[in-house]
Order: sequence, then C-alpha cells, then structure tokens
Amino acid sequence: MASVAIGDVYKSFGTVEVLHGVSVNINDGEFVTLVGPSGCGKSTLLRMIAGLEKISRGQIAIGKRVVNNVAPKERDVAMVFQNYALYPHMTVAENMAFSLMLKGVSKAESDAGVQRAAEILGLLPLLMRYPRQLSGGQRQRVAMGRAIVRDPQVFLFDEPLSNLDAKLRVQMRAEIKELHQRLKTTTVYVTHDQIEAMTMADKIVVMHDGIVEQIGPPLELYDRPNNLFVASFIGSPAMNLIKGEIATDGSPSFRGPGGISVPLAAAPAVANGHPVVLGIRPEHLRLSPDQGIPVTVVVVEPTGSEIQLIGRTAGGDEIVANFRERHSFTPGETIRLAAEPGLIHLFDGKTGTRFETRTGW
Amino acid sequence: MAVPSVAAQPRPSIFSRLSESRNALGFGFMLPAAALLLVFLTYPLGLGVWLGFTDARIGRPGIFIGTENYQYLWNDKVFWLSVFNTLLYTISASILKFVLGLWLALILNENLPFKSFFRAIVLLPWVVPTVLSAIAFWWIYDSQFSILSWALQQMGLIDHRINFLGDPTNARASVIAANVWRGIPFVAITLLAGLQTIPQSLYEAATLDGATRWQLFRYVTLPLLTPIIAITMTFSVLFTFTDFQLIYVLTRGGPVNATHLMATLSFQRGISGGQLGEGAAIAVAMIPFLLAAILFSYFGLQRRKWQQGGRD
Repeated sequence: MASVAIGDVYKSFGTVEVLHGVSVNINDGEFVTLVGPSGCGKSTLLRMIAGLEKISRGQIAIGKRVVNNVAPKERDVAMVFQNYALYPHMTVAENMAFSLMLKGVSKAESDAGVQRAAEILGLLPLLMRYPRQLSGGQRQRVAMGRAIVRDPQVFLFDEPLSNLDAKLRVQMRAEIKELHQRLKTTTVYVTHDQIEAMTMADKIVVMHDGIVEQIGPPLELYDRPNNLFVASFIGSPAMNLIKGEIATDGSPSFRGPGGISVPLAAAPAVANGHPVVLGIRPEHLRLSPDQGIPVTVVVVEPTGSEIQLIGRTAGGDEIVANFRERHSFTPGETIRLAAEPGLIHLFDGKTGTRFETRTGW
Repeated sequence: MAVPSVAAQPRPSIFSRLSESRNALGFGFMLPAAALLLVFLTYPLGLGVWLGFTDARIGRPGIFIGTENYQYLWNDKVFWLSVFNTLLYTISASILKFVLGLWLALILNENLPFKSFFRAIVLLPWVVPTVLSAIAFWWIYDSQFSILSWALQQMGLIDHRINFLGDPTNARASVIAANVWRGIPFVAITLLAGLQTIPQSLYEAATLDGATRWQLFRYVTLPLLTPIIAITMTFSVLFTFTDFQLIYVLTRGGPVNATHLMATLSFQRGISGGQLGEGAAIAVAMIPFLLAAILFSYFGLQRRKWQQGGRD
C-alpha cells in the first residue's frame, strides 16, 4: 500500500490542454473519489496515475517513487475499467490469474491467490465460466477480482458501476466500500455520480474543466461548498441558487428578484448592493406562516419518505423543497418558505466563491 | 353473455392471402437469387459431375462410362503431379500470405502518418485484374528482359540472368511469389478489420497486468483474432487452391508440368485437349480437398467455446 501524490499536473492532447495544474494528496489506505461532469479530466488523471497517459507537466508519485517515467506494469497499480475489459477468451479463473502468470508465479501459488480473491468476491462457482456467460454484476466482480489478486499498491476504478442497472449499482457500491474496509488498499475512484462519490469516499476531489474545485470529506463538501460549482454539483436534488445582491443598510439581508428579502446571520465584508448568489439546500427549507420567500407551488412529488415540492418565486426562480412532514399542497397556491440563517450559503456573484456567513459551524 | 354477431366475411382471394403471407413474400424475394444460383452454380456443378462419368468430347455428347475417367487418372503421373503442385502451391502461398498479411495488418493498425493513404496502397494488388498483374509478372520473370535479374546484376549479386520460369524449382517459386503478392491485400485488410474490433481497453488492462509487447500479441491479439483468421484463411486457401489465371498466363503449367495445378490441368485436358469428360473428372477431384478445407476451418478454428454465449 502506498500514498499517491499528484503535484501540479498538466495534460495536453496536441494543442488542447485538458488538465491545468492539478494537485491532490492521497494518503495511504484512503478511498478518494474524483468526481465531476464528463469532460472534466478526471478519467485522464486516473489514466495518468496508471501510466496509460503521459504526464505533460508536473509529477505523480506513488509511495516515495516519482512515476512519471515508470512503465505501467512497474507501478504496481491495478485498474478496474468501465467496460470491465475482461479477456473474453479466458475463463474467470484465467482472467484473474493472468497477471500472476505473466509475473511467473508458480501454478500452485497462483491458484491459491485466485481462490482467495474468488472467495472474497463470491466468485467460486463461476471460476470456469467465460465472461460472456456472466451477468453485468458478475463481470464487475471478476474485474475487481483481477485487481485484488495482484495485491497492488493502489486500486484505480474508472466509473466501474456506470454500466450496471440502478439496483445493482447500489449493491456494488456497498460491496466496493466493504472491500476497501477489508483490504485497506489505497483507492482512487472516478465517477460522475456525486451520490456514488458521497457514499463511498473518505475524501472527494471535485473537478471541473481540468482544475480541482474543492477537496474534502463528503460532508464538508456538502456543508461548506467552496464555490457555486461545488454547491450545485454536490447534493441531489441540487441546492437552490438565487441571484441577487447584498443589503447592509440595516440588519444584513439578501435582496433577490421579485422583492425577495432573506435575513442573513452575518454580512460578508462587501459593499451594500454587491451581487451575490444565495444558496439553500432543499431539505433546509421549511414552511413559515408569515415571513420567508413567497413561492407559488408548481408540482408536488410525494415519494413516501418525503414530499418534494417544486415552486417558483415571484422573480421566476425555481425553488425545490423537501419536507419530511406530510404537508398537503395544491398547485397554484402560494406558500412561504424560510431557512435558518445558519443554514444559508452565500456566494460572491462575481467570482462564485463562498462568503463565510455562518456562525457556530 | 351474448356474443356480438359478426357479419360473415367473404373468404379473401388466393392472391390477397398470398400477398399477406410473410412466407410467400420471403419466397418471392428469394426467387431471383435462387434462380441465379441454380442456373449458374448448381447446374454447371451437376453437369460437371455428370460429365466426369462420361467420355464426352467437344462436339460429342458422350455416354456414361462409370468411373473409368477416375481409374485412368488414378494411374496418371501427370495428374498426381498436379495434385502435388496444387497442394505445394496452396500450402506455401497460404502460409506466406498469412504471415506477411498479418505483419502488414499489425503495421497498418499502428498510428502511422498517412495511414489511410497506405491502407489504400495496400489494396492495389487486389484491385488490379489478375490477368494484368500476371502479365506484369511475366515481364518481371522474363528470361531476357527481367528487371529483377537486371537489378541484381547491377548490384553485383549475380553474374548471369535468372531463368525464372524455365527451371522447375524457380518456376514454382516464381508463381507462388506472384500469387502471394496478389493475395496479401485480402488477408491484410481483413485481418486489419479484425484487429480494429479488439477493444483498446483489453490492451490497457493487459499492460497494467504486466504484459510485454510480445505478450500482448500472444495473449490478447492472436487469440481474439483467431475467428477472423479462420475465415480469412479459409477463403484464401479456397482462392489459391482453385487459382487458374496466374498460372495460365505465366507458365501454362510448364516447364514439364512443374507448375500445373489441378485447375490448369483440367482446362488443358478438357478444353484445349477436347477431353471434356476427363477434364471434368479432374475438376471434380478438387471438391474433396475444398470440402476438407472448409470443414477443418469450420470445426477446428471458428467455433471457440468462449464465443458461444449463455449456457453453462
């Protein structure tokens, strides 16, 4: 096992630069997810750790060793591919034993290794089958088995669950997490699904357009997003964002379109009238009898465990609110929604960075 | 509950029933192709088999003589020489075509500059009509004006002209070389198509698993290419075994029958020599070899266990 240090890494394909100086430190045994919309460079970064892409500038170290010029097979990393990349002409056992065979490990030792990995993943009854004869989830497991058998320094996962159906994805998510808790191998996991990232990771790296937007534990990203991108990307349904300005005459508040006024716990150090974006998570909104933002109910979606309400403010902004209580709403009626000042996020309207307005966090 | 009464419908006419039927429609679409196959393949094949059992000559229908033609061929040294020549020609040309074609396909599969240009160039020998390329080779192999002899002499490698088509061994090697030149594009382009169906991620996975370039080829490329190789080489073997044009233009089977293939011998005996029955018998004698090649490829190479899906 080893740590991975990514230091100011750049990557260009021809004249197109896709990574603009990315630095991430991954501790020994940590489970880190790289998350971001497609095209943000997360898979490229993963492939650079694996050695499948050259590093244009900067350096990557695995353990104490800088691996910029180390061949993939010398890096001692194992990768699980999105399409699994199982060798179709080999049985499950042969797929898993392939790397050991290339290493020149004795048959007995290799069999024992395959047996152990197959036991961990519940693949024992499938060892003599060919990949074609397996279901998606089973193939996924074989791909992981192939990685485990090698007992590598680092596991790399490249969107491993995106080819599975929703139910299986949730199940495999838990299995991968459990596997990590058991083996404690340093893991880098790429996904575009922020739920996957949130549920599995010790640390999340949010990437966007070739740069790192924020690095931190899942709940920190959720509670204190550094900027508008992270705020809108992490969380489902997404955070409500309303553009407006700051009012510091009198008690600090947010003024939005349609005459919205939201009191703030503390004013950021900017001039009166500075453009800001107000952010409130859907589950932090509650019904308020007399104050709060007036919202016209558009759609009500009861899911059983909660009620999701989609409404519109007088300024035309869409607001999503989640209630655990079983309120009844009629489309078209006007209600008022408010949030604790301490749960309100405020971002600079010009730069998109976060203003620290909360107290007691 | 009362069943709502339905007015008795008149039975639809035969024509409208036929036009509704999927099978009739399918049969209709199949007819032209079936007619062509029957007239131009099945009938000539049947006729050839029949002629093999007769003593037909050009201008004389001939009568049934049983296996007399085959008995005669069985004791005919020239026939057996042509069988040997055909096997030698087919086996050596196919092996060379396979090795060189695969090598070319692997090169073309790399990221070369002007890739599509080179791929187009490679197809040229295949596109040129056989007779044209055969005539070109005839010049290249000419005993007086051969450019090969000339070039080798200029380089000081040989001191007298090579007798390409006059010496039995040289002639065999020469026609095989010409056939290989013509056949490589087919093998190379088909195998290239096969190579491109192998997912890149398999190579990446194998690289991370620790495979060297050779091991990538040995454990990933070759096994995944086997089904395509089987089909390509079956076709290549069939084309080579039945080759006629190249030999007919270059050597007409000479010198001293050293390059006579079964196809050229059949033509010489049947058409040039007028012995239709005997020529047909030689042609029919090719069928078992061709069937064997097809069956070998079908059962031995194409059907891999890992390609069959689904069941335990």
